[in-house]
Amino acid sequence: MAKKTNRLYYKIRKSPIVVIGGAVLLWIAGVAAGEPERVWEQACQICLSCIGLG
Amino acid sequence: MEFIRKWLQVIFTFAVNGNWSFPFTRGIYQGPLKVICSPGLNCYSCPASTTYCPIGSLQNLIGGVRLAIENGQHFFGLSVLGGMGVLGGLFGRLICGWMCPFGFVQEMLHKISSKKVKIPRLLNYGKYGVLLVFVVLLPLFMVDDFGSGGPWFCKTLCPAGTLEAGLPLLLLQPHLRSTLGVLFVGKMMVLVLFMVWSVFSSRPFCRVMCPLGAFYGLFSRVRLVRMQLDKQRCTNCEACHAVCPMEVKFNENPNDPECITCMACMSKACKCNAIYVEIGGVPIHAGAKPVESSSADVAVRQGQEG
Repeated sequence: MAKKTNRLYYKIRKSPIVVIGGAVLLWIAGVAAGEPERVWEQACQICLSCIGLG
Repeated sequence: MEFIRKWLQVIFTFAVNGNWSFPFTRGIYQGPLKVICSPGLNCYSCPASTTYCPIGSLQNLIGGVRLAIENGQHFFGLSVLGGMGVLGGLFGRLICGWMCPFGFVQEMLHKISSKKVKIPRLLNYGKYGVLLVFVVLLPLFMVDDFGSGGPWFCKTLCPAGTLEAGLPLLLLQPHLRSTLGVLFVGKMMVLVLFMVWSVFSSRPFCRVMCPLGAFYGLFSRVRLVRMQLDKQRCTNCEACHAVCPMEVKFNENPNDPECITCMACMSKACKCNAIYVEIGGVPIHAGAKPVESSSADVAVRQGQEG
């Protein structure tokens, strides 16, 4: 019984859920635009300028 | 706790660098796993890397935004930003403390016996400037004749790229040595600076220059997993100050953007069980040492304060 009462006092934070939800929406928008394929293409090439060569 | 954290750092380092056949192939991994975002700073041109670097990808997408629009593509970096946002919203800078390979390298270097030096707090703001200028503004506005911007942070500053990609590729592919120039010399100097600095100060790159750390730091107040302080138990003894690798004064600001949630304050310093981990507002660990009050009491008081 006491355990049940204690649980009522937990203040669940909503801000992380809102932030993560917003980020998921961004991710979905990017995926829908076809970005992962572009990211994959970039990541599969040695980016010489990225590592200070070339 | 420290033992578990160290092992997780090792596991994550090898997980995001899982292409161990690179000494034989002499190239980089090109498989499907490279659509997965590395949580920490880990160069995707590293021969062993099996994931993409969020900072590198973000710069490339921002730099290529004009060309993409011209070609009718809507590549604004939203998927990368969203991926980083999910990680930041879940863990924030806990990633720096538990999952980042370059953070792990700096921690190992700091174990070398030497006189230890503090980093002035003002320098901590440098990384926000790096994030804004080198990751967003320069790739967006410093464009070539074709309207394409470059990855300025990777190109001029990133020591992780030099260590994980530049040096190994120079060893594996000798023909690349002919491309060495001023840029590489500058990047080597940055790498040496932070390697040496890491011996004397704790995680200097994470605190002064890392744009990914700066990004995750923006989530310090809203992240799901964080550490909190029970002010009724805290005696302000400041024991937490002494053990913090990021020089956070936890009892003064539990949501400090520098906190990497290494939990050293909770497991090594606090004798009063005043520091605990909470997930979304629910305390899950009220310190390592037993005290008279139970963890349920902490939760109840937390609720009353809130």
